[in-house]
Amino acid sequence: MSQGSLASGMEAQRSRKASFRIMQDRPWLAGYALLSPTMLLMLVLLVAPIVALIAMSFWTQNGFQIDTSPTANNYWRLVAPSATPTIWNGIPFPFENAVYAIALFKSILISLVTTLFVILIAYPMAYFLAFAVGRNKTIWLILITIPFWTSYLLRVFAWKIMLGFNGVINSGLVSLGIIDQPLTFLLYNPAAVVITLVHAWVAFAILPIYVSLEKIDRSLLEAATDLGDRPWQVFRRVTLPLSAPGTIAASLLVFIPTVGDYVTPTLVGGAGGTMVGNLIQTLFGRQNDQPLGAALSIVMMIVVTLIVCLFLWSTGYGRMRAREASS
Amino acid sequence: MSRLGIGPLKLYGLLFIVYLYGPVLLMSVFSFNDNIFAVFPLKAFTLKHYQAAFANQSLINALWNSVRVAVIVSTVSTFMGLLAAMATTRYRLPFQGPVVGTIMLPLVVPSIIFGVGILVVLRKVLDVELSLATVAAGHVMLCVPFSMLVLVSRLEGFDRSLEEASADLGERPLMTFWRVTLPLAIPGIVSSFLMCFTVSFDEFVLAFFLSGTEQTLPIFLYSQLRFPQKLPSMLALGSTILLASTIIVVTAELMRKRGIQPGTPSGI
Repeated sequence: MSQGSLASGMEAQRSRKASFRIMQDRPWLAGYALLSPTMLLMLVLLVAPIVALIAMSFWTQNGFQIDTSPTANNYWRLVAPSATPTIWNGIPFPFENAVYAIALFKSILISLVTTLFVILIAYPMAYFLAFAVGRNKTIWLILITIPFWTSYLLRVFAWKIMLGFNGVINSGLVSLGIIDQPLTFLLYNPAAVVITLVHAWVAFAILPIYVSLEKIDRSLLEAATDLGDRPWQVFRRVTLPLSAPGTIAASLLVFIPTVGDYVTPTLVGGAGGTMVGNLIQTLFGRQNDQPLGAALSIVMMIVVTLIVCLFLWSTGYGRMRAREASS
Repeated sequence: MSRLGIGPLKLYGLLFIVYLYGPVLLMSVFSFNDNIFAVFPLKAFTLKHYQAAFANQSLINALWNSVRVAVIVSTVSTFMGLLAAMATTRYRLPFQGPVVGTIMLPLVVPSIIFGVGILVVLRKVLDVELSLATVAAGHVMLCVPFSMLVLVSRLEGFDRSLEEASADLGERPLMTFWRVTLPLAIPGIVSSFLMCFTVSFDEFVLAFFLSGTEQTLPIFLYSQLRFPQKLPSMLALGSTILLASTIIVVTAELMRKRGIQPGTPSGI
């Protein structure tokens, strides 16, 4: 090896060492260098779309043109009061365009009922996985994870087939001689949406609850038993409160995405089961009023965020997490 | 105390699995039934719905489109997810919480928000025509958080001292990554690739807003649901998709769980 190339090699090594030293002094720079492609991607595909939606909600649709002079008119159209309230199921909605407020209210109601049923069904399953499954735990866990990853569209489609007028449940009951005429109340209503949503999301809720049950120190349960608590009391006074963080997280994981669900109300909801996601889609599609659609999307996100904050505050979730972190 | 509860709890567990899988399994049962409606009583076993479904050229085109999108999406997402997982597990980053929280948003925010948002950016800001590429872009946004979750748990799962040993023995960081970290992370990488493949392959809402004239398989399936006479073929198609996804997911899960305990380098 010649003298020159050796020297330039040492030079290169020195400069590499210098740049390495900067990284060593501020290791987080190297970390952010690694994270930068992902952050750039998310900036374009996640942050920019939300910013664009916010901007667009202040614009106006003029036929096929968009007028970009800022106005709060779209928001006003969503909340403009009216002297003659629109009555929906006995509840008055005093808005001029009450269809949006009603759809949002109905979506939140459907999601709340769905979340309640999901937790009621998922909790015992998580409890079973955490406390009663000894061997084969991997198999059980994989069994409940598979639906989580497989096609949402197909799982909803399956319920359309189950609940239809000419569907599995009706034909099954008719051929068993239990009913003569197919039941018409199964499909195309809010109940069908709830049934389908519960089934589609229940697998999502099990894991967070299971994790928080797994983390419970078993000696606490033994202590409660030794001190004379019955199994039910142990559950109510020790297990349930200690699994609350996971249960709350599971509720949010189900509630937040279902409010804006589009597939389920479209396939099984019919006219009565229309949710806010359908209205957003129509505004961006057939009705061609994208700014109003953007405003409706923003209002939906704000309302959902407020409900989530209220829920977290009322359950004392922050304090729970702080206590978990300190213990 | 829990020993007393095993009987009813196990029964509940089994009933839950029946409930979870019942509707989709019934769908498969009817895909083999010789009837154009999905109704009881069952008539006779037939494969003709499968033949009819896969004789359809637009289905084959849509299938090919979906596979191409899913392969690109899972490759890009896994690469991004690996970089991000390395960054968050190996470094203490200022503002890590908010940054990672933002990356994870697609896991909770309804897809329709991103569907219309990306649509606005593409059409009004960048003026890009909708195509399979725009569908892929949307799917990458959706898949990166999944990939990152899988890879973070993998990178946290193995013994950090292996990397330290490599560094102490004089390997440069890049070589340590190449010869120690990457081989140990391989099961997680494969798992992430497979998971992202299924998520992209099955995704409907983003594809619904972001696809142009070329359809992906879920869009094709959705468009066929309007025609009652297509129902049997769609049952056959749906059952095939579910079977394929299940095989991929089980493989991915088994990969992910392999040698995750610290100090068992069975992943090499």
